[in-house]
Formats: sequence, C-alpha cells, structure tokens
Amino acid sequence: MEENVIDIKGLKKNFGDKEVLKSVSFSVKKGENMIVMGRSGEGKSVTIKCIVGLIWQDEGSVKVFGKEVKEMTENELKEMRTKVGFLFQNAALYDSMTVAENLAFPLTRVLKIKNAEEIKTRIHETLDSVGLEDTVDKMPSDLSGGMRKRIGLARTLIVKPEIILYDEPTTGLDPITSAEISELILAIQKKNNASSIIITHDMQCAKITGDRMVLINEGECIGEGSYEELQHSPDKFIQSFFK
Amino acid sequence: MYSNFISLSKKAFESLGEQALFLGSFFRNIFRRDFEWNELIRQCYLIGYRSFPIVALTGFVLGFVLTLQTNPSMKEFGAQNMVPGMVSISAIREICPVIIALICAGKISSGIGAELGSMNVTEQIDAMEVSGANPIQYLVVTRILASTLMIPLLTIFADGVAIIGGFIGTNISGDMSLSLYFRKSIAALVFSDIFPSFIKSVLFGFVIGFVGCYQGLHSNRGTESVGLAANAAVVSASVWIIIIDAIAVQITSAFVYN
Repeated sequence: MEENVIDIKGLKKNFGDKEVLKSVSFSVKKGENMIVMGRSGEGKSVTIKCIVGLIWQDEGSVKVFGKEVKEMTENELKEMRTKVGFLFQNAALYDSMTVAENLAFPLTRVLKIKNAEEIKTRIHETLDSVGLEDTVDKMPSDLSGGMRKRIGLARTLIVKPEIILYDEPTTGLDPITSAEISELILAIQKKNNASSIIITHDMQCAKITGDRMVLINEGECIGEGSYEELQHSPDKFIQSFFK
Repeated sequence: MYSNFISLSKKAFESLGEQALFLGSFFRNIFRRDFEWNELIRQCYLIGYRSFPIVALTGFVLGFVLTLQTNPSMKEFGAQNMVPGMVSISAIREICPVIIALICAGKISSGIGAELGSMNVTEQIDAMEVSGANPIQYLVVTRILASTLMIPLLTIFADGVAIIGGFIGTNISGDMSLSLYFRKSIAALVFSDIFPSFIKSVLFGFVIGFVGCYQGLHSNRGTESVGLAANAAVVSASVWIIIIDAIAVQITSAFVYN
C-alpha cells in the first residue's frame, strides 16, 4: 500500500464568529490526485493553506510527509515548502518581473542555483512542458488568463515538487483551455509521480484529473470516493454536483 | 462611549505591538545570508533617481520663495547681505529635510503601500512565502534600506538646489555674484547645522520605508484595501515625520545649540 503524503484529521478553523471548517479529514497517497469539491466559501482554500502553513488551524492535525505542520520549526517549514508546490487561483505571478524572472525566482532563492546556464535551461525546459516557450521575455500583464495559469504552473513545477496543491486551476477559463489545463495536470502527475490536491468546481477537470474525490459541505467532509462512486451516490447534495 | 474608547485603545495597542514585531522581523532579516543586492539597487533607483525631478523642483522653489519673502524685511534693517546665510541655514536645518520627507511620504511611502498591498491582494506575497522564499528579506528589507539611504541623499540634493533658488531669488531684486552668494551661504553654516539635519533625514527615510511596507503587507484582501493602504501609509508616515522632527528639534536644542 502506498504511503500517505498528506494526512488531515479533524481540521477546525474559525474566522471570528464564523466557523469555516468544523471537522475536515482526508488523506492523500503518494502519486495520487485528490479532488476537493464543495460550495464557494466552504473552506477548501483554507484547508490547503493549512497544509503549507499559510493559515494555522484552530484544532485538528495536518501532517505532511508524516510530520505535523504546526510543530515544524521555521527551517523545517521552509524545507517542507520547497517540496510542496502551490498554484494559486489567479496564478499569483510577480507582476514586476518577466516570465523568465518569475521562473528563476524559486530557482535562485529556494534551490539556491547560481549557474546562469542551468537556470536558463530549466526555464526553457519547464516553459516547453507547458507549451509556452515563446513567452519567456513577456510581462504577466501581456498574458491571457490561460497563459497566466500555465506560467503559474510552470513556476510551481520548476522546483520539481513532490506534492502540488491546485486552487481552482480552471476557474475563469473557456472549456477548451480548461480541458488543456486538466490534461496538463494529469500529464504532470504521470511524468513526475507527484501527489496533488486539486480544488475545483469544474466536473470535467475532476473527471480528467482525479483519482479520488472528497466533498466538503458546511465545514465537514460528506463524501469520499472515486468520481464514479460519488456520481452514483444516493446523497442528494452530492448528486447536485454531477447534474 | 466607554466601550468604544476601550475598543479603540485595544486596537491602537495591537497595532503598536504588530509594528514592533514587524520592526523586529526587519532587523532579523537584514543580517541573513543571501542579501538581495540586486533588488536593493533597483529600489534605490526607483526611490532615489525617480524622485530627483520633484525634489529638484521643491528645493528650488523653497530657496527661491524663502529669499523673496525675507528680502524686503532684511532690506529694512540693511541686512540684505545676511540673506544667503539665513536661507542656507533655514533650508538645511529644517525646511528641506521636513518638506522633502513629507513629499517623499506622499510619493514613496504611498507607492510602497500600494505596491505591497496589491501584491497582497493578488496573493503574490503568499506565493513567495509558500515557495520557501523570504518575502520580508526580498520586499521589506530592500525597500526600507533603499528609502533610508536615498532620502538623506535627496535631502542633500534639495539643500543644494534651494541655495541655487535663493541665489536666483536674490538676483531678481538685487545684484550679487554667484561666488559671493555661495561663500556667504557656506560661511554661515557650521557642523551642528548639517549633521543633526542629516541624522533626521536618515530617520525620516527609515520611517517612510517602514510605514509603507507595514501598511502594504498588513492590508486586507479586497481591492479597496490597496487604496486604503496607500492612504494610511502617507498619513502615518507624515505624522511620524512631524513627531520625529519635534523630538529632534528638542534634542538638538538641548545638546547641540546650547
């Protein structure tokens, strides 16, 4: 049996009086793509931000590679983050830098690569893998929404993470570009054997990329299984996602 | 009423505490390895070089207007030859450091606040942090240091331009050669006019960078908060400049001029 790379148990998070997460539990195995679905504002993004320590949970346990995130030292957290890639909803490209500088940023600051030739090669390889090699000198403001997502993905992939967290990778894109991004996510998983958590509302994306799915409603997990299993669930709320 | 006062006081203390922690994290990150030299140079260019035109114009107008305003009064006492010294002392001791700092609070502090606020809204700072890079080292340390280095240089530049403005102002109604004007301006100055003013502008530069970074990084997530961060940066930086100036005047009066 494959080992769990992420283990979340009884995750609870409040923002002021608002109880966002009541008790979220699921795990992700090595090489697995886990889809997280739920209505907007149900705390899906909060859950993945707890995994990388951007938000701290009030209660519950989040383990990455078997280690409790909340108990990690500053250096351990930093080291863990180098192995976990995060694709933000709007790609979060550094808008004062070119595409090449965006991609070089984690190489020079995180992996501490100083060799200019190596940096250049890796940038070209990664851009090639997302099909955007000709954008190397462009500014993020010159790119379309789909291109920005791909460059965001390239920046995430360039450090070769073992886990990738996708926050709504296809939101705001047309169906064709969404399908392309979904295929790309799947190809990355197969090529790098990376584990992923993909937050999405896009059923097409979930069907293409997901090995397993978890549904969150009112701060709790209400269903877990494969796409087909959940599609045939008798639960009306779960059914409503597949209509 | 009482509960409002308590809640406001609590918020004020919380903000002070947060600023103290932010200050601590700035100092901790200055001495870390892999200092961002390239970003520091880029920020020095953006903060310093790009501010030259407005600083030059302000410095010139300050010297020029100060001369035109004081010339008639000095003429009444037959002390027109003291105008160059008076302009240089006023400009260097007080007017240039404070006015340039206030202008830079509007230009630089608000710019930093809006830039970092916008990066915060678009999750660029989260992206930096989550990639394992250090946003404080890259964004905050470089901007605060650049501002601390550049504001004193801009102030010195403005001092020089103000003296030139004073010379032109003098020659509108009178006649004094450039070399005589400069000799009189410089002869009136002593070390205790220049050094405290320089230290003061270093502090102003630090405050301008610090407040801009603090307000930008602590902005909320909505687009409206970018404007609020820029606005809060200008207001806070201006208030701090005035407070520092008031304290600096007391200290210099007590220790230097006495």
